[in-house]
Order: sequence, then C-alpha cells, then structure tokens
Amino acid sequence: MTDPVIAFKGLGHAYQPGDWVFRDYSAQVKRGEVFALLGPNGCGKTTLLKILLGAMKPLAGSVHQHVSVGFVPQIFQVSFDYTSLDMVLMGRARKIGLFSTPTQTDRDAAYAALERFGVADLAQRPFHELSGGQRQLVIFARAVVSEAELLLLDEPTSALDLRNQAMILDWITRLSRHDGLTVVFTTHNPQHALAVADNALLMLGQERYVCGTAREALSEDNLKALYCVDIRRVSIGYMGKQVETLVTVFAPGDDEITGREKKNASE
Amino acid sequence: MRFHWTHKHAGLLTLILFALLLAEMVLSLGLGRFRLHTTEILRVLLHTRLWHAGGTFYDVPWVVVEIIRLPRILMVTLCGVGLALAGATMQGVFRNPLVGPDVVGVSQGASLGGVLAILLGWQPMGIVAMAFGFGLVGLLLAFVLARLAGRTSTLALVLSGIIIGSFFSSFLGLAQYYADPQTQLPGITYWLLGSFASATYQKVTIVAAATLLAGCGLLLLRWRINLFSLNETDAAMLGTNLERLRWIVIAFVVLLVASQVSVSGGVGWVGLIIPHLARMLVGPEHSKLLPASGFLGGIYLLTMDDLARSMASQEIPIGLLTGIVGAPVFAILFWKTQSKGWIHD
Repeated sequence: MTDPVIAFKGLGHAYQPGDWVFRDYSAQVKRGEVFALLGPNGCGKTTLLKILLGAMKPLAGSVHQHVSVGFVPQIFQVSFDYTSLDMVLMGRARKIGLFSTPTQTDRDAAYAALERFGVADLAQRPFHELSGGQRQLVIFARAVVSEAELLLLDEPTSALDLRNQAMILDWITRLSRHDGLTVVFTTHNPQHALAVADNALLMLGQERYVCGTAREALSEDNLKALYCVDIRRVSIGYMGKQVETLVTVFAPGDDEITGREKKNASE
Repeated sequence: MRFHWTHKHAGLLTLILFALLLAEMVLSLGLGRFRLHTTEILRVLLHTRLWHAGGTFYDVPWVVVEIIRLPRILMVTLCGVGLALAGATMQGVFRNPLVGPDVVGVSQGASLGGVLAILLGWQPMGIVAMAFGFGLVGLLLAFVLARLAGRTSTLALVLSGIIIGSFFSSFLGLAQYYADPQTQLPGITYWLLGSFASATYQKVTIVAAATLLAGCGLLLLRWRINLFSLNETDAAMLGTNLERLRWIVIAFVVLLVASQVSVSGGVGWVGLIIPHLARMLVGPEHSKLLPASGFLGGIYLLTMDDLARSMASQEIPIGLLTGIVGAPVFAILFWKTQSKGWIHD
C-alpha cells in the first residue's frame, strides 16, 4: 500500500519563456494518502494540478501517473442546464460504452453518490440553479461516481459554507481511509490541510518549496514564509482529545501587530 | 414557473411528436391543388402496397400520391429530421445554442459545392459528393481560422464561420456570374433558394441513405454528446477523447447537411430554431433532445413545405419561407427562453 500513485521529478512550467511559475519541484504521492498543495494566489497550484492531471505538458521534468483520475475543478460551468443527476451521470462516462446510454445501475450509482453528499433531493434540479456550494457537492459526487483511484481536487472547499467544508473534509478522509482512494487537493486554507492531509507541498516560490508530512511542513515559520501572515499552531481540547489546529492572526488597523508595525520594530 | 420533464415525460412527448409527424405526412399527401381526402390517400397507399404491389394502378389520385407527393413528402421529412439533428448536435458540440450548420460555414460550403457540380454538369451524385466535400472544407476552414486566432472558443468559431461563409458566398456569386444565363443560371438560382419541387425517388434514396447513416450514428452517440458541455480537461478526466469524438460527430453533421443541400438547396434556420423548441419540451440532455429534435424538425419542415406549395398559386421557394418564419421565431425564442433549457454566457 505504499507504492506511489503519482511521482514527479524536476517539474517546472512557464507561460512566458524564462518566466518560471515554478521550477525543479519533485515529490511523490503514495496510494491511499491525502496530499495537500498550498501556496499563495498565482503561485501555480492549478497549473501544477493540471500537469498532474495530464491536461498540460510541463516545460521541464517528468510526471509518472498511471491510474484512473477523477477531477473536481475550482470553477464549473456548463452550457446547458443539465440536471444534477445528468451531471453526476457524466462521471460514469468510463463505464458507459461509446454507443450506450446510462443503465439503471449507473443511475443508482449516481443517486447513491448524490445521497452520500447529502444532495439527493437536488437530483432533478438544473445544475446552474444551484448555489456554489451545492454545485461543488454535485461535482464531488460526480468525481466519486467515476470510481477513479485518484481524486484531484482544485480548492474543493472554496465555495462552501463551514458546514459543507466540514462535510467535504470528512469525505476526503473517508474516501482515503475507507475506500483507499488517493486524494490530492489544492487549498488556501492550511487549517484544512493540517486536519486531513498526510503530506503537504508548500509552494514558497519559483524554486522554493517544502514537501513533507503535513505536521512538519505546516509549521508556523513555513506558513509565515508562504502567506506573509502570522499563523499560530495551537492545541485545543475537543471532545476529550487534544486537537492541533491553525489560527490566522488577522488584526486590520492594529498597528501593534500588523506587519507594518513589526517591520518598523525590526528596523 | 420552471419545471423539467422527467425521463418518462420526455419519452412520451417524443412518441407524441413521432405520431404527429406520421399523421402530418399522411395529411400532407392530400394538400395541394388536387386535394385528396385522407380515406382516399390511405386507399391509394394501402392498395398499392397490399393488393397491387408491382401491378398497374393508374388513376389520378394514385399518380398524385405515388408519383408527385410521396417522394416530396419523404424528402421533406428526411431533410427536416436531418437538419434538426444536425443543429441539435452542433449546438451540443460547440456548447452554444446559437450555433447551427449555417453559422459555421457548412451550409455555405455545401451550397458552393452543389453549384459547382451543377456548373460542371455532375448531377445528381456529383452534387451530393461536392456538397459534402465543400461542406466539410467550410467547417475545417472555420476551425483552422479559429485556431489561428489562438482559441477554439465558440465566439471565435462563430466569427470564423461568418468569415468563411462570406468567403464562400462570394465564390457563389462568382459562379452565378459566370453561369450561362439561359441554361444554368435559372437552375442555380432556384436551387439556391431551396425547393423540394423536383423531388424524385432517386433523390429520396440519396437523402434517406445519408440521414439513416448519419442519423443513426448520432443517435447512437447521443449520450456522449452531453460530454461536450464539459471542458477538455474535465472530459479527458472522465475517460473521453473529445477531439476524436468531435470529428466523428461533425462528419455525421456534414453528411446530413450536405445531403439536404444537395437535394433541395438552401433551407436555413431549421437547425437553429428546432433544437431550441425541442429543448423547451424535453430538456437539454441529448439522449432525449436528439430524437425529439429530429421529429420536431420533420414536423416543422413539412409544415413549411405544405405552406410553400399551398399558400399562393405559384409555389414559394421553401428556403425563403423558412427564413421569413425562422428569423422572427428565433427572435421570440431568444427573448422568451433565455434560461429554459440553455444558459447563455
């Protein structure tokens, strides 16, 4: 159960010649593990994810990935207002023959997936009428119904309220622990990564990255270097257990603890 | 109030549309200068097939039904079905409900091919071959132009289609300019306006073969066409090679459009408005949309043809009529159905 599902070595990509988004990144993701990709806006998280998907060719380096992949994009738009059930059924494309239409088994699987994510009542609702969070859950159901061995999720919780964020994180854990799926996800929320990821890759800069276990990689210093914001790692008692979490220190207008004041102080 | 037909309702509606199409085909046999009652039509149809198969049966109703009207009605129905299927498919493939065979250069290409075949005297199979070849060339050029612009977005493709369409239209004008005004020009002009008046069983065979082949192909792929509404990355992740599927589907569309253009000239708007109407009835899912569009296309074109040959003392070219009716109908649909079955950008 420890063979890598994805391995990349010396990976780099640039949209303009010489202007590397990232360069010389290497890591591997083992079967059944949850792997988080973190980085500030524009650091190339989605680009890296697309390269791992095989949707983009990297300018440098190589990727080894040979399992079926399910993908949950960050933004999802469709041209026609298919129902949620239609959308999830599209996830069965691998199982449905070229000249076939979905069978009752496919429909049952799609309903079951929608039910799993608590949106079975939306099955006949037009997809484009759903809220951002509901859409995300439907697309999540679609990725799961495809029975892929590897799920790549691009900011899967970004459009969700706290309840649904908790639900998705719970599902990421369950799919990994119980179903044996490998999950790679990008996120802007290091708290989520610490909560569910086994390993994490922090995209600090073009050629700077940290990759390791989530507990090691998501240190206060690394996160400060990543986001230029103070993030504290705290341990709190919850349901009779000690749980580690991250707290971001936002203090707008408070000169005593803003970066500006600190910069002055350090000078 | 917004509602969506369930799968069961869509199936029932499609059956109703099919029954309506069959009924209209029978009723249309009675329409025209020489009016025939339904019982008379059924008598001729059944008598010829059940009791006089291969024998002689030459009364006037027989000639009107079997020789004049039946091939025409079969041809109109097949063309209507084919054009609507082509339109619904194109809209699905290009993720845009404003796309039709007319918009992306196929129809203009097929028209130019047909006119060249008439000029060269390669009739009737030459017209089919040339219409198909030039239809495909039209679409390919539109694709290449869109790619050169750096995108395969629908807007880029539609703009490229307009450019290629105009380009082909100029060559059409040139062909008409050089055509012999006594022997070739009237035939070309009438053919371009669109008409089913010269229907023969030979032409029915041509269009039936194309419609059966391409129509069955598209109907077999009907569920897969849904996957075109996803982007390439998404579809690839679902194990579908959209690029290859797109070309197969487009080849079927070109065959449908080219066969229609080759037998009846320019008949516009059917492929654009019928899928909209069908989408309002059965929803956007292509397993349901394609059959419903096909039957509705047959009904619509048959109605237009009935009007074309019975509205005035002289037959009106059907291409003019579909344009006159199609444009305002499309405007109404555009206004009323902004979110019923399709989403605009």
